[in-house]
Amino acid sequence: MFRKIVLFACMVTVLAMSFSLPATAEQKLIKIDGSSTVYPITEAVAEEFQKAKKGSVKVTVGISGTGGGFKKFCRGEIDISDASRPILKKEMDACKEKGIEYIELPVAYDGLAVMVNPKNAWVKSLTVADLKKMWEPAAQGKVTRWNQIRPEWPDVPLKLYGPGADSGTFDYFTEAINGKSKASRGDFTASEDDNVLVQGIAGDKGATGYFGLAYYEENKDKLKVVPIVNPATNKEITPSLQTVMDGTYAPLSRPLFIYVNKKAAASKPEVKKFVDYYLKNAAMLTKQVKYVPLPAKAYKLTEERFGKMKTGSMFGGEEKIGMKIEELLKLEEKK
Amino acid sequence: MTEDGTQITEIRKRIAFNRLRDHIFWIAGLLSTLVGLLLLFTLMIDLFTDGASRLSYKFFTSFPSRFPNEAGILSAWVGSFLVLFVTALAAIPLGVAAGIYLEEYAKKNIITDIIEINIANLAGVPSIVYGLLALGLFVYFFKFGESILTAGLTLALLILPMVIMATREAIKAIPNSIREASYALGATKWQTVQHHIIPYSTGGILTGIIIGLSRAIGETAPIITVGALTFIAFLPTSPFTSEFPFISFKWLLDPFTVMPIQMFNWVSRPQPQFHVNAAAAGIVLLVMTLLMNAFAIYIRYKFRKRIKW
Repeated sequence: MFRKIVLFACMVTVLAMSFSLPATAEQKLIKIDGSSTVYPITEAVAEEFQKAKKGSVKVTVGISGTGGGFKKFCRGEIDISDASRPILKKEMDACKEKGIEYIELPVAYDGLAVMVNPKNAWVKSLTVADLKKMWEPAAQGKVTRWNQIRPEWPDVPLKLYGPGADSGTFDYFTEAINGKSKASRGDFTASEDDNVLVQGIAGDKGATGYFGLAYYEENKDKLKVVPIVNPATNKEITPSLQTVMDGTYAPLSRPLFIYVNKKAAASKPEVKKFVDYYLKNAAMLTKQVKYVPLPAKAYKLTEERFGKMKTGSMFGGEEKIGMKIEELLKLEEKK
Repeated sequence: MTEDGTQITEIRKRIAFNRLRDHIFWIAGLLSTLVGLLLLFTLMIDLFTDGASRLSYKFFTSFPSRFPNEAGILSAWVGSFLVLFVTALAAIPLGVAAGIYLEEYAKKNIITDIIEINIANLAGVPSIVYGLLALGLFVYFFKFGESILTAGLTLALLILPMVIMATREAIKAIPNSIREASYALGATKWQTVQHHIIPYSTGGILTGIIIGLSRAIGETAPIITVGALTFIAFLPTSPFTSEFPFISFKWLLDPFTVMPIQMFNWVSRPQPQFHVNAAAAGIVLLVMTLLMNAFAIYIRYKFRKRIKW
């Protein structure tokens, strides 16, 4: 009996190998990968799109981080890359080398919320300078108590929580606060899992940290969000759907993108249909997953951009702080 | 007389002391056992109180979704099942054949010793290392892509040492007299293996295989490395077709997700309802593993009863 099983197993394995390898399935499959921040939006679009197409098109969404997504994208392994920051110079070069052209499409805004423990009664708002005192590389091992930030604050240990160095959120925050992407003190509790950050801040009176607004929205009862002083207007602004969308919550608002492989969009009709569907429904779906939609005008400009298959990046390979997507898109139009 | 008396009390004292030590070890051993059991028990109770409310027929037949109450584990358990199927198909013939060769055919020399040591070492290699190996070998070199086939073969590599070791242990337990009797009747080596060695060791081999597979089902790290995806709301191509030859192997190259990855994704979401889903998926995974282990025990029991020498 056992002999037969083994024999059968061998046969099936051999058969399987010989049958499946040459036939790379000719099915309608859209491959997406990249940022975990953009993931909830893309997942929502993919879910609805597949329902609308009644399963005739298959969509896969992975989470490799913005950097990991671009690596796969520039090797031509995926059709669309989710990104929580614009494509960088070296990634542009990698794509160029492989002859991969891309269409850059902003799809939503995200606010970075700065959080403290609910028992923290002394912090009413924070300025960019305060945040810099806490997070700059020079603060490492030196700035460890709240009264070192502002003398009127109590002598309580300062505990910092933030996303890890592979995250686009970390890149953006360090650029906006410390003036240089990835420049941060190293002695803070870093985790790619935002739930760890929520637990950490919720359990320690002297704790503070930052992550995407959507996470705060789901954990409002455990955390206190801190208004940030807008350096341009000197007003204290609390992050919310409204303040992120109208751009008053600055500098900690950022646009989120998808990058579409031009060849895939041109040669695979399902990819084009998917992106059209994405842009049409982004406003509704981003709100549903607690992100901030772009203004209606910006979506229109984005749709036009995709319609014209305009390749390249609006950012020239650098992070830009406080750029309004609408203005950028209009600038591009005039060129 | 008095000297004898002191000697007897001395001996009695020693006996009492030894008994005490015996009791102490008995209690220490019991406590150590309880710690393990208690941990498993707490884990199960914790999972059940968190996730039991989500377990329903719909949970098994729904795809993942952004709405926690609509999300299910259909693509995850189908993925896990198919990956495990490939793993079993690849690991069993290779592992059993290697085990038989090493026990019955290989000459006892330095090369065999080196092979044996390496197999023992392979069993201790961290699973992520297998993931990296598979990424280079299966994904990029053989171009299997990020598919069910790649994941199945990766896990097969992972449990191969376990299958080989289980096979060897099972074969070692067969008394030499059986082999000698077989040879005495003029049987060849293969006849001996075919008619005696394999049937007598089947129980032990199957036990090893199932325990290996139940380890593979929970593996996450190597599967992530070879590119398991997070959001998959469709099933792989059906292996049965309406046209000749009625069987399709396309599913082998389909993208996939598995149970532990679905759990991991749910745990890292902000909404607490998704954490409930993760606990429910945890229950399913735990029950799957326990069932497999129970099956292994049953097989061992059954085969042991059948063999008499």
